[in-house]
Amino acid sequence: MTAMSTVPWLTILGLVPLVGALVVAFVPGSAENAKRMAIGFSVVTLVLGIVAATQFDRGSSAQFQLGEQYSWIPQFGVSYALGVDGIALVLILMALVLTPICLLAAWHDVPEEVGTRGGQRVKTYFALILVLETFMVGVFAATDVFLFYVFFEAMLIPVYFLIGRFGGPRRQFAAMKFLLFSLAGGLIMLVAVIGLYLQGPGGTDGFLIERLTGLSIDPTTERLLFVGFFFAFAVKAPMVPFHTWLPDAATESSPATATLLVGVLDKVGTFGMIRFCLQLFPEASTWATPVVVALAVLSVIYGALLAIGQTDMMRLVSYTSVSHFGFIVLGIFAFTNVGNAGSSLYMVNHGFSTAALFLFAAMLVRRRGSKRIPDFGGWQRITPALAGIFLVAGLAGLALPGLSTFVSEFLVLAGSFSTQPAATVIATTGIILAALYILLMYKRVMTGPKPTGLVGQREHDRLDEPGRRGLTAVRDLTTREKLVAAPLIAAFIVLGVLPNLALNVINPAVDKTLSHVQQAVPTLNPAGTVAEGSSK
Amino acid sequence: MTAVAPLALPTLPAAFQQSNVDYIAILPLMIVFGTALIGVLVEAFASRERRQAIQVTLAVVGLLAAAGSVILAASHQGLTMGLTDGATNRQLFALAVDGPALFMQATIVLLGILGVLTMAERFGGVGPDAFTPSGASTPGSATETAAARAGALTSEVYPLTMFAIFGMMLFPTTNDLIGMFVALEVLSLPLYILSGLARRRRLLSQEASLKYFLLGAFSSAFFLFGTALLYGYAGSVYFGDLSKAIASGPLAMNGLLLPGAFLVFVGLLFKVGAVPFHAWTPDVYQGAPTPVTGFMAACTKAAAFGAILRLAYVGLDTGRWEWTNALVLVAILTMVVGSVLSVTQTDMKRLLAYSSIAHAGFILVGVLAFDRQGVGAVLFYLVAYGFSTIAAFAIVSLVRQNGAEATHLSQWAGLGKRYPVVAGAFAFLMLAFAGIPLTSGFVSKFGVFSAAVDTGGATGTVLAVVGVVCSAITVFVYARVIVLMFFSDATDDAVEVMTPSVSTTFSIAIGTLVTLALGVLPSALLDLADRASLFVR
Repeated sequence: MTAMSTVPWLTILGLVPLVGALVVAFVPGSAENAKRMAIGFSVVTLVLGIVAATQFDRGSSAQFQLGEQYSWIPQFGVSYALGVDGIALVLILMALVLTPICLLAAWHDVPEEVGTRGGQRVKTYFALILVLETFMVGVFAATDVFLFYVFFEAMLIPVYFLIGRFGGPRRQFAAMKFLLFSLAGGLIMLVAVIGLYLQGPGGTDGFLIERLTGLSIDPTTERLLFVGFFFAFAVKAPMVPFHTWLPDAATESSPATATLLVGVLDKVGTFGMIRFCLQLFPEASTWATPVVVALAVLSVIYGALLAIGQTDMMRLVSYTSVSHFGFIVLGIFAFTNVGNAGSSLYMVNHGFSTAALFLFAAMLVRRRGSKRIPDFGGWQRITPALAGIFLVAGLAGLALPGLSTFVSEFLVLAGSFSTQPAATVIATTGIILAALYILLMYKRVMTGPKPTGLVGQREHDRLDEPGRRGLTAVRDLTTREKLVAAPLIAAFIVLGVLPNLALNVINPAVDKTLSHVQQAVPTLNPAGTVAEGSSK
Repeated sequence: MTAVAPLALPTLPAAFQQSNVDYIAILPLMIVFGTALIGVLVEAFASRERRQAIQVTLAVVGLLAAAGSVILAASHQGLTMGLTDGATNRQLFALAVDGPALFMQATIVLLGILGVLTMAERFGGVGPDAFTPSGASTPGSATETAAARAGALTSEVYPLTMFAIFGMMLFPTTNDLIGMFVALEVLSLPLYILSGLARRRRLLSQEASLKYFLLGAFSSAFFLFGTALLYGYAGSVYFGDLSKAIASGPLAMNGLLLPGAFLVFVGLLFKVGAVPFHAWTPDVYQGAPTPVTGFMAACTKAAAFGAILRLAYVGLDTGRWEWTNALVLVAILTMVVGSVLSVTQTDMKRLLAYSSIAHAGFILVGVLAFDRQGVGAVLFYLVAYGFSTIAAFAIVSLVRQNGAEATHLSQWAGLGKRYPVVAGAFAFLMLAFAGIPLTSGFVSKFGVFSAAVDTGGATGTVLAVVGVVCSAITVFVYARVIVLMFFSDATDDAVEVMTPSVSTTFSIAIGTLVTLALGVLPSALLDLADRASLFVR
């Protein structure tokens, strides 16, 4: 049912960054040039992505579109099959938008080393981010379970190198922990992938999602397969209790890596739940709902509480994500159209809001040379513009009405209430906790008396020589940083005021997924209320 | 006492019958054997200065010719070297030239080329760098010094390697237990010698050689004893007769069959390094000259698994008795022990040795699928693993400190920063061993595990799950090597990567490229392996 495309848009979107990575890594030239080329390639990819999106027929966004399909390993039943429905399209676009922003924010992440290889290190860093972009496109666009798995696992390698080579002092530990957690999840999934194929019709294209949808699998087998897939996604997402790798990985990696890791890569987990758990194993998904919802609520509350307790800014932001992923999972396993659409939109919005929090916090960290919140205080007096955008990012993080995250959080809660009232009520307290961790952080970092020994650049310029003595000037936002911030803030506002831009694309795809579930589990009523006479 | 009905013992043919030999079908074997013999003559008659060049050229040309002749032999498949007994219509053929045999022969020959090229590395010296100029002398003695000063070189390693390759090619081709035993010895004896010829750390090398020889002799004895028992059971050593006897023989004779089959398997499992017959592997891998280790790891494994496949699929009928349970246990043990013990290793060669044990376990999972799909998966796995392994050991042989190989893991710290290309290639091979997608290691693991789940029933699923868990453990090991090379700072700047000659560069490049190619576009080889997966009976 995949609508084929005459132009292989999705392959192109994957290839351009890959070519870019090779060019950036191997073409001789200065590191500055390499950075510019990297940005260039990612912007070209974004433009191509927008062009591809215009070819997408919103009217039938429930179908996979822009499809391509070639036989890859016929002996295993594997096809190179790409295609996007509404959900995948918006997630790909989000990834394509975030990549150039991250590259721009990463401009000074890798200090120029003295010696001949200094430039090479910078080039490697930018090239790895571009390689990662290739895999991000691939993993959302794959319509073949095996191909999805290949991207899912291969994606770990560039991230592993990004964390391990370009991270903080405990980067080796963080990189190893990240890899082992992810691979353990992935390998369990591999057994389920094999098992799923054997349940399907087989043949040379037996791994296509459409061939594996709507199978009648024996319930025990289906549940085992579901658990295999869900485990990998829960580690990836990350849900409590499989979340412990995330704070380490996000804190020890560079801000750009952390952004892509939490903003895009972790979405593969929740995306996988919709695409694979719900669609391929509808009966098992409803069977597992009580446990999954409990874990989701636990993630919401526990993540938020941990965030409140953090003194490390990056760690705090990563725990807020644990909390937010709890909301997303809750919306998915509510099995309502509203909840699922809310979760899909949440994935996009969370990508931008986390990116903003990580990248803006990193701007502070670079200026202060410390990630510890107690080392700050009163910074809105010396860097007012930075304080402003930091506040906006924070407000987006706590889902202020008018900003995009509010819409998605509201939809998730509204959609979940009809089927999971108790869980929704508890999760709602997460919003209050969110206000607490964001505003407390803002208060501790930005408000208060002016920090001693520091002075804003502008004031510094006004002071005369004796007046400057003992004071270090702190620059407010640079042009490059403004370029990083502007698109993110624009995204909050545009998607906050006009959420239908995304929702219109997402909704048909959500309806289709839920109709698969309803076919298998007729008692379910995705429109909202539980059907009459059903005993749950 | 109830009399056990005696099996109809085969009577010898009344008149002499000439055996049928299809010379085209055995051409690859003959070419390699002939090249080895010529190599011995070259050793005797060529002058010392030209010997190295002549030997290497001869070996490579011989192997290339053998590889070409495998294609010829492919159109002459069938049983050969024997006769069909007119009276009883029994097939008495010593060799079975069929898909799996030819596939293994081609694999071993191609891997052999890379192995020989790696051994030929001289680093500017007269003879092969990895080998001592006088293997028989006491380490550190005056004889040794004199030999080194006189410019002696060990070019006999090439004919020895060729004999080993001949034995390896014969191993999966033989159609009877005695032939299999002969092949086992032909491939083993040269390897015992080769393991003891390391130029540096000679005591370690000689110890490895002696251990390998003693344990190998033991395992050969097991194999031979098992053969005797099976002969007592079936009255014949031919696989065809054996499987017929198992299908129809009385249960009361199982007292011969069970220990016989078990002992024969001990001999074979020893060669692949399966637990609990693995104890020699780390010592021999560490002590042997590194190019020999790579050659041994890749080719012996391929040959021995070829033989195991033939014995398991042709010789021992599985329909009537459950001998496979023991093998399931061995497979699980091999995977678990190999992967868990590799975690604690601090020496690169020992680490790779334990990794090879774990891989032997994964391959056994494919063998236990008992299905055509499983055979294809095993064949593919052996090719993929062989190429990666040879390249990995070739890289290990390049990393030096003061001229000696720097095999301790701590010496590898920070290598990626100073030698990004070599370290990058090694890291890629590590990822392949770990089974990361887009490397051949992933496709091979997927192949054996999916074959196991598909046709192995509940046992197969359990094996696949254990295999997956063990893969996760080994990931830690390989990732640690990458961490060392790329994320750590060098502790000792004296460690350097020697610039290899064309021959070693070629081996490493081909090994790495094949690893990538089989990961991205595996379908051609999978197809070939699938078509080659039928045994002739």
